[in-house]
Amino acid sequence: MDSLGLYVLAAAVLFGVGVYGLIVSEHLMRKLFAINIMGNAIFILLVAASGPVEGAPDPVPQALVLTGIVIAVSATAFALALMVRLYQETGQATLSSRDEGDDG
Amino acid sequence: MMAFLLYWTPLALVLVSAFAGAVIFVAGERRWLLRTILNLAAAVIKLLLVILIGILVLNGHTPEFRVALVPNLDLVLRADALSLLFASLSAVLWMVTTVYAIAYLERSPNRARFFGFFSLCVAATMGISLAGNLLTFFIFYELLTLTTWPLVVHTGTAAAIRSGRTYLRYTLSGGVLFLIGLIWLYGLAGPQDFIAGGTLAEYGVDARFSLQVIFVLMTIGMGVKAALVPLHGWLPEAMVAPAPVSALLHAVAVVKAGAFGLVRLVEDVFGPQLVADLGLDLPLLLAAAVTILYGSFQALRQVDLKKRLAFSTVSQVSYIILGIAIGGPIATTGGIVHLVHQGLMKIILFFCAGIFGNLLGIKYIHQLDGVGRRMPWTSACFTVGALGMIGLPPVAGFISKWYLGAGAVAVDRAWVVGVLVASTILNASYFLPVIKRIWLNPPPDKWPSEVQVSRIEAASLVGPAIAAAGLALGVGLFAGHPLSPLNWVAGIVTGYFP
Amino acid sequence: MTAEALALIVFLPLLAACAAVAFPGRWLGWIVRIGLLPLPVLMLAPTLAVLDQNVIHLALAGHASPLGIEWRLDPLSLLMLWLNVGITVLISLHAGVSFRPDSDRGQRFWPLWLILFASMNALVLSADLFNLYVTLELVTLAAIGLIAVESKPAALRAGMRYLLLALMASLLYLLGVGLIYGQTGTLDLYLIAEQIEPGWLPVTAMALMIVGLLIKSAVFPLHAWLPAAHGNAPGPVSAILSAMVVKVSIYMIWRLWFWGAAGWDLATAANLMGLLGAAAIVYGSLAALVQDRLKMIVAYSTVAQLGYLMLLFPLASTLAFQAASYHLLSHGLAKAAMFLAAANILSSVGTDRLQRLAGVDQRRPLDVFALALGGVSILGLPPSGGFVAKWLFLEAAWHQQAWGWLVLVAAGGLLAAAYLFRVLGVICLHPRKRLNRRQHREIPNLASVAALILAVSAIAAGFFSAPVLSLISAGLPPGVTP
Repeated sequence: MDSLGLYVLAAAVLFGVGVYGLIVSEHLMRKLFAINIMGNAIFILLVAASGPVEGAPDPVPQALVLTGIVIAVSATAFALALMVRLYQETGQATLSSRDEGDDG
Repeated sequence: MMAFLLYWTPLALVLVSAFAGAVIFVAGERRWLLRTILNLAAAVIKLLLVILIGILVLNGHTPEFRVALVPNLDLVLRADALSLLFASLSAVLWMVTTVYAIAYLERSPNRARFFGFFSLCVAATMGISLAGNLLTFFIFYELLTLTTWPLVVHTGTAAAIRSGRTYLRYTLSGGVLFLIGLIWLYGLAGPQDFIAGGTLAEYGVDARFSLQVIFVLMTIGMGVKAALVPLHGWLPEAMVAPAPVSALLHAVAVVKAGAFGLVRLVEDVFGPQLVADLGLDLPLLLAAAVTILYGSFQALRQVDLKKRLAFSTVSQVSYIILGIAIGGPIATTGGIVHLVHQGLMKIILFFCAGIFGNLLGIKYIHQLDGVGRRMPWTSACFTVGALGMIGLPPVAGFISKWYLGAGAVAVDRAWVVGVLVASTILNASYFLPVIKRIWLNPPPDKWPSEVQVSRIEAASLVGPAIAAAGLALGVGLFAGHPLSPLNWVAGIVTGYFP
Repeated sequence: MTAEALALIVFLPLLAACAAVAFPGRWLGWIVRIGLLPLPVLMLAPTLAVLDQNVIHLALAGHASPLGIEWRLDPLSLLMLWLNVGITVLISLHAGVSFRPDSDRGQRFWPLWLILFASMNALVLSADLFNLYVTLELVTLAAIGLIAVESKPAALRAGMRYLLLALMASLLYLLGVGLIYGQTGTLDLYLIAEQIEPGWLPVTAMALMIVGLLIKSAVFPLHAWLPAAHGNAPGPVSAILSAMVVKVSIYMIWRLWFWGAAGWDLATAANLMGLLGAAAIVYGSLAALVQDRLKMIVAYSTVAQLGYLMLLFPLASTLAFQAASYHLLSHGLAKAAMFLAAANILSSVGTDRLQRLAGVDQRRPLDVFALALGGVSILGLPPSGGFVAKWLFLEAAWHQQAWGWLVLVAAGGLLAAAYLFRVLGVICLHPRKRLNRRQHREIPNLASVAALILAVSAIAAGFFSAPVLSLISAGLPPGVTP
């Protein structure tokens, strides 16, 4: 197996772990971890798939991934803040809700 | 100046009541005086505008307002002889209905909403009468559905909401079929203005099937409002609305819009010749005949006065459709003129039923015993309307029936006379017993629920009924006058049968 | 001139947002005004430029793509830009009183509002796949922040669910972008079509991006997050979410499909997209019919109405483009009006449960009127913008003999009528006991006026469609037949 295949395999495994975690976990923190793992799988794939085998690596995918990471970090921070807020308001950090039909 | 008048008067005629309606909404519930003045002023202005347009038309002009809604799709408001007929009928009857409604709703809540939509409803009716092509007609036709719904549900009872729902179910579904027919027609032949005698003759050979389907779709779309059996189900249910609304629905706006649309469809879009060539006149004739007999028969079975009148409407409106379906100038004249005659007579009956209901609490026919002694004027008006419906000369209804019968014989469809005779017998058997009760039976000791009203209020309830009765007698007695509806319609019809 | 105006259209609200965070005190009101109100005037220069040149390219700060940021303005993006500016400014009238800048709530609301505004403008202008990704992320995060701004549990939960799905959607989209770049070496949306032939890899990439975007636009069956999010957000936020936020991702799908994949044979996929739309119309309307809260009904109505935008894919003609774009416009106006009106009713009565709304038209006539007018446009009854769109859809379907779509569009209005008149019927019902005036909270007239202006615009759109339609037909993608 060449190195590209290895990267793709790793990405696929990570993505699978992420999807599993997202579906199975109840707790929002775990769901967030899961999404971040999925994100990392995609970043690995991007870097691996778009880098040429010989010669200088293409800077564009690197830049894309860097920006992607920045966005992922800020989105995660935002999600954490939202989760904390949810916990403060309802005392739980899951989405299993009883009162979906609250008065707006 | 002339060009200005010719361009803007049709639009003004529509916008007068729309504007009045908008101001009434904004003014709110408590501004009784402002509302009343606005209502009456708008009615008067509208009548004056109709007279102005009438003078213009008589002098050989055709006022027309035209604006492109979507590129290639024009909104056209044009006053030709037929639209003027319907517009003047609506303007006159709206005037009397407004006076009646102000008195009728004296003490009920939500009057701002009522009169706002009442005005909008008349604006939509004016739009229908002036529509210069099918798209414009459709726009105002749907607008009419929307603006009458709040009137139907006005009383706010659960029953009213239910019948409002039925009303929408029928009318909106009809609108969808109409729309499909319309898009089909526009795809096939492009936008077509109403022109006497129709514009589709050239497609009659190649697109025979398409035209048949389009005609059927549109007939169903309009037949819903015209209460053609079996599309009439909403009409008796809509009786929960206040009496002025029933008067408006039955005599002026909704059913008339459907019948008027069918007249336009047959005479000005397809043309009577093409309708006959496509083999569509006989099915339409049969539908009308069945509706006439079924409506009369159902009316006979009702014990509720307003329900009996409702089924009577179902039956009477189909005289109009019968007339245009028979074909030939004489029957067509009889059909179209019934547009006016039925409006005048039916509005009297609903005004009177409303007065009986409002002031004496009378709902059922057996409660009418001896009411002629208690309310002679109202009862006299009711009698005029009922006798007219039966077709007794000299009330207007006689003329329509005479022309329909003579026209049917003229085009070798003498069996239609049988339908007319049967219907007349049925009419007589559901109206004469009512008249007998009113005048000959002894009054009860106590009316169901009697209300004392001031003189002015009583006068503004009975006045409109008397006015309408006078008109119904007048158009019958003076049918020979050059400006009578009969001669006006005869003039229109010569355009269809050159 | 055009370049400066376009830059200001994005950066003025963005700078105002930064200033709003830095100076949350008494100047906030003015900061907001400066960030929003000049925009309609600034729009004039790009409008004239587009009318003149049709398409405008602009490299920000002189750097061209792929590393620089390149903007492109064509008639469709101009329409989106106008719509966003117009609707945002009108909703801001409402937000100005429901989130007063001098209040605590206002200080949390306005920075996010301005960021959302700026990033939607930037999204519409972006010409490359990656900038679209970044701006779409910004739009999503700002939108979720706004949903949760009042910290109500239901809204927090809805926002959280939306966030999780949106993050996943972004990842799918990003993966697609990476694959496309690997194939073509370009990120320019308008160059992709020239660079690649359809093969399994580009198709997969495109499919990934589109699925991601379908999640963000809440197209059936990926709509599950939308009703709770739109139904529980504060009034102005619900309005902008339904009017614009879901639309910009649909706009991106249109771009990818008709510009990015121009020349591909997508007939099967297009029919599939159309079927999704049809399912959305039916399902959304039926679901709206069984809700017992006004805002939830309006939210499910959005699910249904988004379905019409999907009909563009199978029909794909000039008429269909005009129809879909006009539907986007009139639905935006009408739905914003309805959400604002519903929010006013909610905050006046204290609840938006249907059975409590009997007789509310006496209390809030303007709001009920705005709700009804917006409803008329949603139903597609004439005269309204919704009717123009419906008519064009029908015409498009007729010309292609697509009878199925024709019947769907014609009858779709009946489904909408069912849920809208259910609401109006309840409102017209006489309350068992008179509404107690004391129980009601007064809300400023401006809040109702904003709803009414939007509703009247939705109706007026039925009369003044000609310039917009000719603008749309000037900006058709390559290869579209009339």
